[in-house]
Amino acid sequence: MVNRDLYYGDVPKYARPFVLVGNYGMYLLLDLGRMGVFLFYSLIGIFKRPFRFRELLKQLHFIGAGSVAVIFFTALSSGMVLGLQGYYSLNKFGAEGMLGSAVSLTLIMELGPVLTALMVTGRAGSAMCAEIGIMRISEQIDALECMAIDPFRYLISPKFVATLISVPLLTAMFDVVGIFGGYLAGVKLMGVNSGSFFSGMEQSVTNHDINLGVTKSFVFALLVAWVCTGRGYFVQSIRGAGFGAESVSKVTTQAVVISSISVLVFDYLLTAILL
Amino acid sequence: MNTQPETTAAIDPVIRFIDVTKSFSGLKGRNYVLNKVNFSVPRGMTTVIAGGSGQGKSVTLKLVLGLMQPDSGSIMVDGLDVTRLRGEKLRRLRTKFGVLFQGSALFDSLTVFENVAMPLRERLRLSGPEIEDRVMQTLEQLELVGHENKFPAQLSGGMKKRVGLARALQLDPEIVLFDEPTTGLDPVMTGEIYNLFSRTQSRIGYTAVIVSHDIPRVFDLADRIVLLNKGEVDVFSSPAEIHNSTKPYIREFTEQVLGGVTKSLKQG
Repeated sequence: MVNRDLYYGDVPKYARPFVLVGNYGMYLLLDLGRMGVFLFYSLIGIFKRPFRFRELLKQLHFIGAGSVAVIFFTALSSGMVLGLQGYYSLNKFGAEGMLGSAVSLTLIMELGPVLTALMVTGRAGSAMCAEIGIMRISEQIDALECMAIDPFRYLISPKFVATLISVPLLTAMFDVVGIFGGYLAGVKLMGVNSGSFFSGMEQSVTNHDINLGVTKSFVFALLVAWVCTGRGYFVQSIRGAGFGAESVSKVTTQAVVISSISVLVFDYLLTAILL
Repeated sequence: MNTQPETTAAIDPVIRFIDVTKSFSGLKGRNYVLNKVNFSVPRGMTTVIAGGSGQGKSVTLKLVLGLMQPDSGSIMVDGLDVTRLRGEKLRRLRTKFGVLFQGSALFDSLTVFENVAMPLRERLRLSGPEIEDRVMQTLEQLELVGHENKFPAQLSGGMKKRVGLARALQLDPEIVLFDEPTTGLDPVMTGEIYNLFSRTQSRIGYTAVIVSHDIPRVFDLADRIVLLNKGEVDVFSSPAEIHNSTKPYIREFTEQVLGGVTKSLKQG
């Protein structure tokens, strides 16, 4: 790709801040553009043959099965905290019977998709970014291209598919375990009536709420896979990342940060649009 | 010496650089590694690309493969302009190439066997036994039998190069690009790599392009030498021809790098 940065030394001193801002603006546009093209080719790569089922299974095992324990403990503790906090707040108004409703709605619509995506970003997203980044700097991706093998079909798309399958399933698991945690804290520890906990949940959670949670989990999965694999793929083109092993470590950190912030921003946007 | 566009009548060029410019931005403005250069690589012969560090040798290979785009100019490979090809068309053109990378670029998570088998699995519709036969045959030719189940991390530098070469030759390419094939190897291993190169080239008959610092040794293999210096290109047909050049940078090059060879040529 042609680097069209202006030569700083040719510019009068008073204009240099504009050059800096302009250069950075151009860089951001370029970066967004190439990430857009990357997403397009990654999605196209999903449908290209031959399919890599074995690689898909390997990625499902790594991203999905490998995250089960992390998701379980995050969900259980989040649910229990929700149960305790919810009881504390609702008890002030004598509305402990609404605890099941509060816990389940919070988990299904917000905490389940968001925390699952953040946990997957930290555990699997960072690993995906580092793996692809190392393959890039050690010319393994160049080698794939030279062997006329599409790196998107071969390398990126299986990770996309595995993330798109794993994150919604892990989110569902998060919701169930989280509600169980809320039940443990609210009913077993604080003495809320079991029947009112579950009937409150049954009455308040609608299909729309579940659909919102599922939609969020798919969108977050796409964001995590896109940002983490994309940053790794472009490790040598990212401004300020440096070279070699240092660039991979910096870009991996950047991928986790961008991915996490994107999840939180899109959480608000989706809630505002779909609620 | 030839800095002008070459006539194609005398040679059958498989690769042609036509007015190619490639630059990178640096702290002191743009650094031109290739500045409107013209040269060609004759079919079936060995072309060595030499020059100091940062003179654009590896960039030249990446341009040929379409891994980088030039600022301007055309790069013709078998009559097709690489700079204009995209997607599947570019991928189809790349099937003509085999590439031995500087760091071998082996896939860390795959065994030697899987690395060498990869182009066969991905590009050709062969059965498992057919792939195994072809891979084992190549491993035998490159004296790698017994190492097929090892991972790249368990191999020496020379063995990695041999595995890289085995992978590069797996689809019988028309053109093989060697990026610093002997960097980091001891003299014995270097000799072994060059012997393998000569053997495989005489067997397959591919066009070879070698980028190397290993001068003058690599000049023994060359039918044509391309010298890169500050964006310019000079083409020679032998080390003796380099010695006769009057250009100051080439005289400096012959004194520093080719000293031993040119002295012996003079005496001879």
